[in-house]
Amino acid sequence: MESRSTKLTESPFKGIDWFTVIIYALLVIAGAVSIYAASYDFDNASIFDFDEFSGKQLRWIGLSFILGFALLLVDARMYETYAYPIYTGIMLLLLVTIFIAPNIKGSHSWIVMGPMSIQPAEFAKFATALALAKLFSGYNFSLNARTSNYFKALLIIFLPVILILAQNETGSALVYLGLFFVLYREGMSGLVLLSAVLAVAIFVISVKFTETMVLGIPSGQFTVYILVMATMVAMLALYSKTTITARNTALGFVGSGIIVWILDLCGIEIPGNYYFIGIISAACIYCIIETLRYRVSKILAAIGAAVIAVAFMFSVNYVFTSVLKPHQQMRIKVALGIEDDILRAGYNVNQSKIAIGSGGFAGKGFLKGTQTKLKYVPEQHTDFIFCTIGEEQGFIGTSLTMLLFVMLILRVIVIAERQPTTFGRVFAYCVASYFIVHFCINIGMVIGLCPVIGIPLPFFSYGGSSLWGFTVLLFILLRIDAARRSHH
Amino acid sequence: MRKDYRLEKRKYVIAGFLLFIALIYLVRLFDLQINDSKYKAYADNNAFLNKTVYPSRGLIYDRNGELIVFNQPAYDVMMIPRDVQQFDTLDFCNTLNLTREQFDTRLQDMKKSPGYSTYTPQVLITHLSAQDYGRLQEKLYRYPGFFIQKRILRQYNHKTAANVLGNIREVSQNDIDNDPYYQRGDYCGDLGIEKSYDTYLRGQKGVEVLIRDAHGRIQGRYQDGTLDVAPVSGRNLKLSIDLGLQQYAESLMVNKIGAVVAIQPKTGEILAMVSSPTYDPTLLVGRQRGKEYRNLVNNPYKPLFDRALMAAYPPGSTFKPGQGLILLQEGIINTGTAYPCSHGFISGGLRVGCHGHGSPLPLKPALQTSCNAFFCWGFKAMVDKRSKYGTPAEAFEVWKHHLVSMGYGYKLGVDMPSESRGFLPNAPFYDRVYGEGRWSANTIISVSIGQGEICATPLQIANVCATIANRGWFITPHVVKEIQDTVMAPEYIDKHYPTIDERWYHEVAEGMRMAVTGGTCRLTNLPDIAVAGKTGTAQNPHGRDHSAFMGFAPYEDPEIAVCVYVENAGFGATFGVPIGSLVIEKYLKGEIAPERKYLEQRMLESNTIIYSGVKKH
Repeated sequence: MESRSTKLTESPFKGIDWFTVIIYALLVIAGAVSIYAASYDFDNASIFDFDEFSGKQLRWIGLSFILGFALLLVDARMYETYAYPIYTGIMLLLLVTIFIAPNIKGSHSWIVMGPMSIQPAEFAKFATALALAKLFSGYNFSLNARTSNYFKALLIIFLPVILILAQNETGSALVYLGLFFVLYREGMSGLVLLSAVLAVAIFVISVKFTETMVLGIPSGQFTVYILVMATMVAMLALYSKTTITARNTALGFVGSGIIVWILDLCGIEIPGNYYFIGIISAACIYCIIETLRYRVSKILAAIGAAVIAVAFMFSVNYVFTSVLKPHQQMRIKVALGIEDDILRAGYNVNQSKIAIGSGGFAGKGFLKGTQTKLKYVPEQHTDFIFCTIGEEQGFIGTSLTMLLFVMLILRVIVIAERQPTTFGRVFAYCVASYFIVHFCINIGMVIGLCPVIGIPLPFFSYGGSSLWGFTVLLFILLRIDAARRSHH
Repeated sequence: MRKDYRLEKRKYVIAGFLLFIALIYLVRLFDLQINDSKYKAYADNNAFLNKTVYPSRGLIYDRNGELIVFNQPAYDVMMIPRDVQQFDTLDFCNTLNLTREQFDTRLQDMKKSPGYSTYTPQVLITHLSAQDYGRLQEKLYRYPGFFIQKRILRQYNHKTAANVLGNIREVSQNDIDNDPYYQRGDYCGDLGIEKSYDTYLRGQKGVEVLIRDAHGRIQGRYQDGTLDVAPVSGRNLKLSIDLGLQQYAESLMVNKIGAVVAIQPKTGEILAMVSSPTYDPTLLVGRQRGKEYRNLVNNPYKPLFDRALMAAYPPGSTFKPGQGLILLQEGIINTGTAYPCSHGFISGGLRVGCHGHGSPLPLKPALQTSCNAFFCWGFKAMVDKRSKYGTPAEAFEVWKHHLVSMGYGYKLGVDMPSESRGFLPNAPFYDRVYGEGRWSANTIISVSIGQGEICATPLQIANVCATIANRGWFITPHVVKEIQDTVMAPEYIDKHYPTIDERWYHEVAEGMRMAVTGGTCRLTNLPDIAVAGKTGTAQNPHGRDHSAFMGFAPYEDPEIAVCVYVENAGFGATFGVPIGSLVIEKYLKGEIAPERKYLEQRMLESNTIIYSGVKKH
């Protein structure tokens, strides 16, 4: 390593993407200010008191600037070369952590070293990104070339997931699922993402709408059937050579639907499950016949999708009531607005919504937020830091913060696409994916649109490990990006 | 390096996903922060504790400035169940002189009360004594979640005039719904002037804006108290009641059921208003109020029922002066018109009895002797005078309107709650009972002597007496003479003139004077005070006759008009007159002449409650 850096005759800042650095600096400074505001007490201590959250965070920030600078000094090729050893090392560290970490609120994820404690899971992010980038940059590697390639990619992704789950840090583990964006970019079928979106939609609809009944079945289930039928027609239109199959299927659905509706008006109620399963089965048989006639095997995908979707819908109820733990069920119900458990599971979200909502357009002013100053929002300096911004800086503050994040992520995508190497591109997409997941889940949870999943808001939430983890990700990316010209 | 341009387009899908989510969040934030203002209110509710500061309730004085009702601080032990930690229950109970059982029962009761919440202050024990308060205050730091709330209790210097004063109680849900001023735990007036003058007495609550953290701990005053509102003390009241007279009249009415009302005719001010049996107003103060209130409600003599203005009694012969006024005003009789009395009124098979006196006789002697026949004949002459009125019904309506103008049949508008209007029948009432056109004077002759359907409250009778004393006008009777810093309402200043000419009042007053000097009211013929009066002996379906008296004095320049009504006490002359005369003498002379002490003694000692037919439990 030393021999490399001594050969580096140019300034380490040459070719650095300053746009990203500026956004990074803005986010970190805004984060420090927010933590100061969130932990400010009416009879408070000074910002320079290093025992306070804000003081400690200042120290972390100072160290992270040094860390970022140090990372820029490393030759970009080192990351590619040592990707697997780094990954292996960190995975071992994760494994060890499970056993040596003390129990902190049920989680075994912190390694305590004197006054400092670090969370290895935050550093597993960049290691996993490096390993994945390394895998994809292999000679003539193509994700779709062999099934075993998928297997390798998923192994790299799920190894940290399993280890982190074993530490009882569900939130941090979920972040790695964001890497499916990378797989998608690198050639995985869009159907996977589409079906993930559909699965979430089916889950939400069938869990949430159980009150009103249509045709003897809950309105949620009814909607799912309609959704399945619409998807079938769309897929048939997309995959068959002519639109005739799609048109006929659509006519069949609409025609039978009208008949059932008229019968219902006349007082003859057809049980919804029988009707929908019957008509969807009929459509499937019709599709098989069409497949045999036109030799278009892709039509079968429509059948598969319909069958899986209906089966999924029936299993949702079972999964929800029997597999999920009560507190998880409650969090989901609170997020979906089914339950209003303001005193327990919904307390955080309710208080957080109050904090943000009370900020109004321009906010109450720096250090003037009563919700945060009087500690109404638990975890307000960590996972719920966004509500401090909402309360004190108002809609201006929240939308500007979101704008900074969106700009950062879009910039990372731009950087990714300009990489001459697969390694650089995949690593950059990994960075973008992590940020997307953290951004969506953290802010979604604080404003009550997602279930409460405890993951931090990058650069804002209090904690050295999180800040360092994201700093490492970003500065390795900047280093690789700065070195891209030497490949030409 | 291989670059797949087909796959590169997927960056738009990923970026699009991000932008889509960001857009949803932006809309949500817009909705939370700009569209919906309720969150601001929620946050303020969280952070600011508006602590009520109770004003002191107005004091009550009698007409001579004697303090009757004042305030005394009391202390409630409050607890916020959520904040309570493990504590030494035994020590806590010892401090407050409670047994463990009492404490547990109290705790259970508290949990069952409708407003119970573990987050808000709950009343554990009300009205601590000063000693218990002192002991608890020292140890309070050991009991987190407990605090002491200062309240105000009423205290009485004299155990008198409970019916006039009323009392205070904690507001009910109903009160809160009807008056936005009230909050749970506030006190409001109940009965008497505490109720009718509640808005003056209660003052204006103040508020302290405190900052409260998520654990309910008070962090200090918001903006150093600039938003605080200081409480405004309630206004003091000066009653028109003469405390000494009130006490004296109450003592005379001991062991009797009935009422005494004394009015200063010139002002309409009520000097004394006794309802008997009465009760001790101090019973309805503090922790035992609920129990004592129930006892009073269940008491067979109904002490909470203010007979002075709620009981509608047949006025009996006290009705006759009013009768005389109507007959004179309508020209049915003149001062010389005499009617015969043959030990009663006999007409068409109807007979109303009377007692021995000269016959025939004109109005003044008729009042003097309380002749039934005279007023029956007069009434008959009026109601059956078709030449003037057409039908008996129309004649009766004219008769009734005169009575209404005197204050019968409707609420007078005294400044007390729950006044009764008495009862005055009208022509349609008799049409319903007897059929239209099927009744005449003879059918309803008993109303002419204050019997039958006619009912009046002692207050109404006293008011008629005051009107005669004024020779033709009255001011609506009232018990509050002055409200601190407030101008008296015009309804208690304006004179009311009944539809009777002043000259006829002089005739009737003279008749009443004759009743004292040589008629039914001779017992009240004081040597140095000219009294005018009228007895009443009211038959009633509930046993012995009621004994009534109305009178005023001095005759030329009246200072007091009195109505006494004693249930089941027999002739007006036996109880009504002596009590009335003693009240007049006491008020005008300050003491009872030695030669009349025997009368006072007899009244103090006599017991007519035994004739009431009410069985004591």
